[in-house]
Amino acid sequence: MTSSSSLAADKIKPTKKKSATIEPQSVSNAIVEIVSDSGEGSQTAGQLFGIVSARMGNGTWTVELIPAEIEPPARSPAGASGNRIRFGTDVVTNMGDTADVVVAFNEQVLYSRIDKDAFREGTHIFIENKWGSVPQEAIRKAYATALADFQTRGYVVHEIAMEKECLRHVTDARRGKNIWVLGLLCALYDRDIGIASEEIERKLSRKGAKVVENNLTLLRAGYEWGLANLPFRYTVAVKPPDKPMVVMNGNQAVGLGAMAAGFEICSMYPITPATSASHYLASEFKKAGGFLHQAEDEIAAIGFAIGASYAGKTALTITSGPGLALKTEFIGLAVMSEIPLVIVDVQRGGPSTGLPTRVEQSDLLAALFASPGDSPKIILAPSTIDECFHFMITARRLAEMFRTPVIVLTDANLATGVQPFPRPRLSEKWLSPPLDMSPWDKNVDPYDWDPETGLSQRPVPGQKDGKYILTGLAHDEKSHVAYVSRINQYTHDMRSRKLATLQHSLNKPIVNGEPEGDVLVVGWGSTRGAIEEAVGRVRDDGEKVSSLHLRILSPLEPGLKEVLSEFKRVITVEINYSDNPDPGQPESNNRRYAQLAFCLRSHTFIDVECLSMVHGIPFSPGTIEAEIRRILKALSTV
Amino acid sequence: MLDIKTPKTTEPKPRFFTIEDYEGQVPRWCSGCGDLPVLAAVQRLCRDEQLLPEMTVVVSGIGCSSRFPHYMKTYGFHGLHGRAFPVACGIRSRRPDLNIFVATGDGDCCAIGAGHWIHAIRYNMKMVVMLFDNNIYGLTKKQTSPTTAKHANTLTHPKGSFISPLNPIAVTLSISNVSFVAQTVDWNPPHLYQTLLAAHRHPGLAFVRILQRCPHFTAEVFEPCQRDPSLLLLMKHPNGISTDDTVNKIFKNQVEHDPTNLLEAQGLAVREDCHPIGLFYRNESAERYDDFSKSGIEMDRSEKIKAVEEELDRLQI
Repeated sequence: MTSSSSLAADKIKPTKKKSATIEPQSVSNAIVEIVSDSGEGSQTAGQLFGIVSARMGNGTWTVELIPAEIEPPARSPAGASGNRIRFGTDVVTNMGDTADVVVAFNEQVLYSRIDKDAFREGTHIFIENKWGSVPQEAIRKAYATALADFQTRGYVVHEIAMEKECLRHVTDARRGKNIWVLGLLCALYDRDIGIASEEIERKLSRKGAKVVENNLTLLRAGYEWGLANLPFRYTVAVKPPDKPMVVMNGNQAVGLGAMAAGFEICSMYPITPATSASHYLASEFKKAGGFLHQAEDEIAAIGFAIGASYAGKTALTITSGPGLALKTEFIGLAVMSEIPLVIVDVQRGGPSTGLPTRVEQSDLLAALFASPGDSPKIILAPSTIDECFHFMITARRLAEMFRTPVIVLTDANLATGVQPFPRPRLSEKWLSPPLDMSPWDKNVDPYDWDPETGLSQRPVPGQKDGKYILTGLAHDEKSHVAYVSRINQYTHDMRSRKLATLQHSLNKPIVNGEPEGDVLVVGWGSTRGAIEEAVGRVRDDGEKVSSLHLRILSPLEPGLKEVLSEFKRVITVEINYSDNPDPGQPESNNRRYAQLAFCLRSHTFIDVECLSMVHGIPFSPGTIEAEIRRILKALSTV
Repeated sequence: MLDIKTPKTTEPKPRFFTIEDYEGQVPRWCSGCGDLPVLAAVQRLCRDEQLLPEMTVVVSGIGCSSRFPHYMKTYGFHGLHGRAFPVACGIRSRRPDLNIFVATGDGDCCAIGAGHWIHAIRYNMKMVVMLFDNNIYGLTKKQTSPTTAKHANTLTHPKGSFISPLNPIAVTLSISNVSFVAQTVDWNPPHLYQTLLAAHRHPGLAFVRILQRCPHFTAEVFEPCQRDPSLLLLMKHPNGISTDDTVNKIFKNQVEHDPTNLLEAQGLAVREDCHPIGLFYRNESAERYDDFSKSGIEMDRSEKIKAVEEELDRLQI
């Protein structure tokens, strides 16, 4: 017996005898985590658990926990890999607050989650118990120490002989323990084991019948063990959806959206966390007539896309922050020479190489301003997986209509978040138009700007009488190089006017909740679910709090000043950096605001506050709720 | 001849193009600039091959020679410094129907754009690449380029460059999947023309380095070769650049070189006693990236929708 046996934690003794199965207790939603060393398959198990729940009809949201290295050291917080799955009876829009249940393959990986405040008093930890009896004393000691610490923290620890149980069925427990755990979780949360089996077959069929069979055995073993031994079980009721639903992550949605938009070229260079969108296109794009080009670098990736766009079909490039930085000069060329182009930036932690696998919303100002000279462009920010799909269609159309690059800002949270959404009803109108090779009207210049809107049509190689020499130099209507002051001023006006034209065509954004009140929380991108949940909680207490989520960040949606003016306090919630506002801190005298707050302040002259952090994790609704309550309290004491 | 009446047709008259049809803006290069005869050769090539002006695109980077597209009356893309290759490859990716010429200089191609140069050679997408090599940055007024001779005096290296120049031909010949490498001079119009013609007819990326005079900053560099053709080494072969005897006879130094012999080509490329001109290497069966990138261009719209629907079926829950 190891020292951990003295713990007061719930003990589950492995047993062959089948005891009576506990009846599940009904809950409206649950947060489950699976955490292991990298390579132990907890991500796969987590994804499968999310998909099983989604297929059963639960609302789901999953967050991938990804180490930065491929083979980080075993049994270390840095190596923690896994998945958080939140699922519920209703739609789930964010990762929630703390986990109800966590399955851990060793005790050390849990410290990476403790660092992120992922657990609370009462969180159930199901942990592999083999570490208590390994020959290495240091490991046994570390295990015992950690378990004692978990108890102090108020977690409820359940030690399970996972590997031993797996070894009853397979010879190598390291391969397949994850699926045994999936079976265990299916028992714990009353999941449909048939659906789980189907998903395993689908996921593993490529690896051969033997692998599938082994994994199905382990799934069933974990499930049956759970039914026989778990001291408690839950069920999460299902509301069957009234329409067909699809489930995917944000990067898949970007890729599939690109196919539905009729893109023919996606040109990219590998970069975390954007690359999985390209992986997806690499396997599927060809079926819709597209080609994925992996360029020699980020600059070549956008150059190739610009070449393809210039030659007729608006192209796509997908990157993340450091790649966006490298693409800056070419984005300027696309703005200057008015080449339609879509750039997806799956934001990660910065600056520099920053936090490659973690979420941040720090590229807004870079997207807006990073270019020498004035470089107006359209910036969109999808806030859900559903929008990741549909914004690709919007982005291509806007790029072509306004003859400009469009930057779509998603982030690591959306990229890896898996959520069901209504199946899109495709339309041929979403596809890019066929190449127009008809002769160009001789009397129309290649930059035949409409002075009111700045809009113009572009000729494409192959169109007779449309010949022009595209240039990044200052140029006139005929695309002739022009250094004349008046022309340079005018052409700047024309490019900027396109944004004004787009803004005129938009509606005033709609506030979530009452259009006036005490506090308005403004967000953009992936924070929407957490913000709306937090706002819902305080509104349920009768507080006058609303939220506003911006989808178009350049040009800003119209009427913002009026919307914001209806509230006593306006605060943005953003996963990026801002200075500490506390007086006494050296930076508070010259406070730098979060990025959307910066934009809104200069745009509206309203004293917009911000809640922002760069912890590399999404906001939990609880954090936002606490901030709203703090502001409300301050307001009531004024 | 049999008396056959021409059938009446509604087809418009076939178009015929003269040199003028390819002449764009008036060149603003210095007088005596080696870019001028290259422009004339390309315009003549377009006329002789009757290339549809609207189906022809000239892509360039930044530099004196990169002004080239403005002086053609075709489509043109005068983009960023060093980035002509990715743009040209992107244009080619879905447009097998276009004629693509790339104009790039020794700074553009061999310094800031060197990464793209290597990969474009390897991609081997059909286009004619003209490297205008005048051994200097001209547009920014006399800075050292990668091909500037070691002891040449420039504004960035007043006492001469520290290290020996880069050899663009030797580099290009060493890149995997290279398919066409030739060298010519701007001051021998027949050789220049025949080289560009062979490049144009090559099914892949044809890389032509043109030794190009810059009367303003590097007049002394090629003047000796211009005065004394024995400083050039003419590479001759039935499968090489087909200049006739009247052209060939001015070259005192000639060598038989089979352009399928890559090792021999590499040996010639590194010779320091002379500038070999002619065709170093040609492989018409090298793999072409554009054969892959064009896949799906003919795909029907309904087929595209069907593919996405099938994918949605797979993702439906």
